[in-house]
Amino acid sequence: MSEQVPFTIEQFYKHMLQGKFMGGKCKKCGKIHLPPRPLCDNCFSKEFEWVELPKNGKLLTYTIIHVAPPQFQGMAPYAVGIVQLENGVKIPGMIKGIALEKIKIGTSLTLDFGTCAATQEWPKWPRYYFKPA
Amino acid sequence: MKGKPIASIVSAGLSRFGKLEGLYAREIFAEAAKEAYERCPNLNPKKDIKALFIGHMGESYEHQGHTGATAADWAGLMNISATRTEAACSSSGAALRAGIFAVLSGLCDVVMVGGVEKMTHRSTPEVTEFLAMASDFPFEQWHGITFPGLFALMATAHMHKYGTTEMQLAHVAVKNHYNGSLNPKAHMQKQITIETALSSRVIAWPLKLYDCSLITDGASCLILTKPELAKKYTDTPVHIIGSGQASDTIGIYEREDFTSLTAAKLAAQQAYKMAGLKPEDIDVAEVHDCFTIAEIIAYEDLGFCKPGEGGHLAENGETALNGKIPVNTSGGLKAKGHPVGATGTAQAYEIYLQLTGQAQKRQVKDAEVGLTHNVGGSGATATVHIYMRC
Repeated sequence: MSEQVPFTIEQFYKHMLQGKFMGGKCKKCGKIHLPPRPLCDNCFSKEFEWVELPKNGKLLTYTIIHVAPPQFQGMAPYAVGIVQLENGVKIPGMIKGIALEKIKIGTSLTLDFGTCAATQEWPKWPRYYFKPA
Repeated sequence: MKGKPIASIVSAGLSRFGKLEGLYAREIFAEAAKEAYERCPNLNPKKDIKALFIGHMGESYEHQGHTGATAADWAGLMNISATRTEAACSSSGAALRAGIFAVLSGLCDVVMVGGVEKMTHRSTPEVTEFLAMASDFPFEQWHGITFPGLFALMATAHMHKYGTTEMQLAHVAVKNHYNGSLNPKAHMQKQITIETALSSRVIAWPLKLYDCSLITDGASCLILTKPELAKKYTDTPVHIIGSGQASDTIGIYEREDFTSLTAAKLAAQQAYKMAGLKPEDIDVAEVHDCFTIAEIIAYEDLGFCKPGEGGHLAENGETALNGKIPVNTSGGLKAKGHPVGATGTAQAYEIYLQLTGQAQKRQVKDAEVGLTHNVGGSGATATVHIYMRC
């Protein structure tokens, strides 16, 4: 992969549309950024390489959203949580494919973006989600 | 040994809080300004006030930005240095800090700091959307995480780690509604029961309706001056002896821990150090109870108890009006209301009343030292200030 590809949030979602789950790794200090950043907040380096991120992780915390923003209202109640991936990186997202009352802190989850498409309107990003591992 | 004053509050004003139909934000701010002028007859606002710093979160509500100049104009302060500060729900905490900078730098002798928000004319989904702008868009909002949802994520983590209960959260709501019932300017002036709180509809589990603060219209302001000039304006100034502010990641998911707010802990450490005080020296505090769990986390971040003990503090009544450390005597964001831009200096207004013996039915006896804790968004900003009676 070309390293000219910008290390941005936009590119994170573009990768997802190409079936890739990628973070930016700082070439100087080794910190893995999710989302990718153009400037390492740890060492101020601007040199990165793309690394594939593990899709499996454990649920650190969650909530069940009952009162949702207009575009999500039809899905409520739905679960969202923060997952720690196997490499320690954390990422939030919706949790699907599991009964709401069965969700627990520590539940093993895996990221799925196989079927997600970009939205028609800005920002034209896809939406990944988590499902039971 | 208590720290030296860095700035002094010589007057303060607060508009009514609630659903203020037919009023525009600038008009509500004028109401707060008028009270501050009336409290301080020795002040000549047009001549003395050289700058205004005003907290205002969202131009979406009234399709109106550029709040600094607008608010100054409506407060009768023409042709001054007028600037809006924005740090989500800590916008006027940031305005207060900017005012302290102005006074401490020597650039201004007298400044007004304050905040305003007009929210209730918008539908709840619209307000929900506007408030969510204080959180991370690309990973939080984008995936359906609401603003209450972010604090619910903290609540779930706190319950899991420490055994905090929904009942303990309800105790915070009941206490703050009781205090609000004693505050004639509070948005909600009725008491509630534990059962009411626990049986209210779920917003973002484990948070229910009565765990959430109110959508409110309101404005607040303070007049600040140099400590050595304070007595020129009033016999009963309140000195600011500690100030702290810190930031954190915009997305909560990037943080090490979801059971405390690092920005609040750091801001508190700065303020305590500057004031030369410890948590046990605080007689009365106004903390940012945007959600009940936020008040419990605030107790812990401010050192009123150890991490994990916040729920017990609420349950045992230690933060009630007659408790060891009364918190949110005004009713807090929960019952007094949360016009987001106005909240930081509205908290300071309550502490001003408490330290000058003007808090009427909710007066904390012999209160000498007060604290305000104002959190922006889901904790990416926090401001903490410590005040001392003259």
